[in-house]
Amino acid sequence: MDDAAGGRLMVGTRPVRRLTEPAVVRWLLTGLALGFLGLFLLLPLAVVFAEALRNGLGAYLDSVREPDAIAALKLTLLAAAFAVPANLVFGVAAGWAIAKFRFPGRTLLTTLIDLPFAVSPVISGMVFVLLFGRQGLLGPWVAEHDMRIVFAVPGIVLATVFVSFPFVAREVIPVMEAAGTQEEEAARVLGASGFQTFFRVTLPNIKWGVLYGAILCNARAMGEFGAVSVVSGKIRGETNTLPLHVEILYNEYMFQAAFAVASLLTLLAVVTLIVKTILERRMHGGH
Amino acid sequence: MTRSVLPGFKLTLGYTLAYLAVIVLIPLLTLPLKAASVPWEQLKATITDPRVVASYQLSVGASFVAACVNAFFGLIVAWVLVRYSFPGRRIIDSLVDLPFALPTAVAGITLTTLCAPNGWIGQLLEPYGIRIAFTRVGVTIALIFIGLPFVVRTLQPVIEDLDAEIEEAATSLGATRLKVLTRVILPYLYPAWLTGFALSFARAVGEYGSVVFISGNMPMRTEISPLLIITKLEQFDYAGATAIAVVMLTISFTMLLVINALQGWTTRRVAG
Repeated sequence: MDDAAGGRLMVGTRPVRRLTEPAVVRWLLTGLALGFLGLFLLLPLAVVFAEALRNGLGAYLDSVREPDAIAALKLTLLAAAFAVPANLVFGVAAGWAIAKFRFPGRTLLTTLIDLPFAVSPVISGMVFVLLFGRQGLLGPWVAEHDMRIVFAVPGIVLATVFVSFPFVAREVIPVMEAAGTQEEEAARVLGASGFQTFFRVTLPNIKWGVLYGAILCNARAMGEFGAVSVVSGKIRGETNTLPLHVEILYNEYMFQAAFAVASLLTLLAVVTLIVKTILERRMHGGH
Repeated sequence: MTRSVLPGFKLTLGYTLAYLAVIVLIPLLTLPLKAASVPWEQLKATITDPRVVASYQLSVGASFVAACVNAFFGLIVAWVLVRYSFPGRRIIDSLVDLPFALPTAVAGITLTTLCAPNGWIGQLLEPYGIRIAFTRVGVTIALIFIGLPFVVRTLQPVIEDLDAEIEEAATSLGATRLKVLTRVILPYLYPAWLTGFALSFARAVGEYGSVVFISGNMPMRTEISPLLIITKLEQFDYAGATAIAVVMLTISFTMLLVINALQGWTTRRVAG
């Protein structure tokens, strides 16, 4: 490797300056980069666990096992259990339509799929209040059918599905595009049915991309705060998700308990990053 | 559409459009519909209210400053991660995405605790009379955190794809390293750099969770627009909340168009 690079740098027999910055500059830039990341990423990570364990392991376990925390955890898992499969099926369907076919409005459709990323989380929650709230467009209809959507669990699920909507699609579309259509066409010509083609040919090609999208979708679904905060009504033990529970504890000055619950979400984030890194290596190794 | 032997086009496209409409488009359309039902005078009164104007100025201003800081450090971080090797580089590289993965509420209470007068960072600055928590500086710090990955992640692939021959040519023609960096490499990175800046800015403008804890939420001073929307909603002033939201959505969609144009520029630059 070094030889090859060195060889290219030779002009006649005299070596040219190496194509990098002087050592002092390299050290300086590396120091700046690591200092910035240390301050903004490592320090906050350390604070979460330091504050969570401030009163010892016993207090930590008590805060995590407290009934309201468990109820919040259950609701968070429930919201993700709806959002991730729904957006996964959508992402794969959208990937098939957009990557395997050419049609007018294809670029526009791709842009529309990214729309939830462009909208403030608060607005993402608010539109459901405008739609299903008591003064909302469908408010009378909702009341007539004796349902509660906003300030109840369905609203939380809807807002969660909305904010985590693009993740799987935006990972699957490029992966499907890169795989092309030749393998599927060959399978079809050889007599495979549509479903056989999808499950035997397409899915093995895109599985890591799908999983990658699902992991990111799940992290967002479990961690969403702004949108869920607007539609939740924050009824303890009923419409509180983990991030909302963190807020309530913090605002009641129960800092240690707030950080204990926050540490669960931080662990989720760390696990997400680890799985994401492993999948990235898989996907690049696969090419 | 060209004829294809592949099945399922109508099914998947139909499902995609239906799901997109139900989950995203119809809910979002309620916003302009609601706005249209509010008298213009009332909309105007809300969006020109000094408290609301101050919140726009803070949200946009702090987002701009945060995006600038991220553009500066993001360039350095991306360059260092791609070009230099040091122990722990891969772990650090994975860690850059932390702000994407960490729930914003956790980021919010953590940064507040760090920067509060008795926090790890706050107590170092307190003797000099510097306050971060509950000031506009605090708002900016939170926005730097959540926008941090964008510039790094848009620049990294472009730096990786830099053609070594261009640098070699410039160097063998006698350019100093500084000249190669500023005249050859940097212009090549501009589109991606700007895209990263715009993404970071756009994300920050609408941000709520990481900011509300550290900002202190003082009207006219540290109150961001998304918080004002929530305040109006809690008072059941849906018209007022809608008015503020429409302005924010306009800013967001303008940014989306700018980002799309920038990405087109990046693709053409890299392909050409």
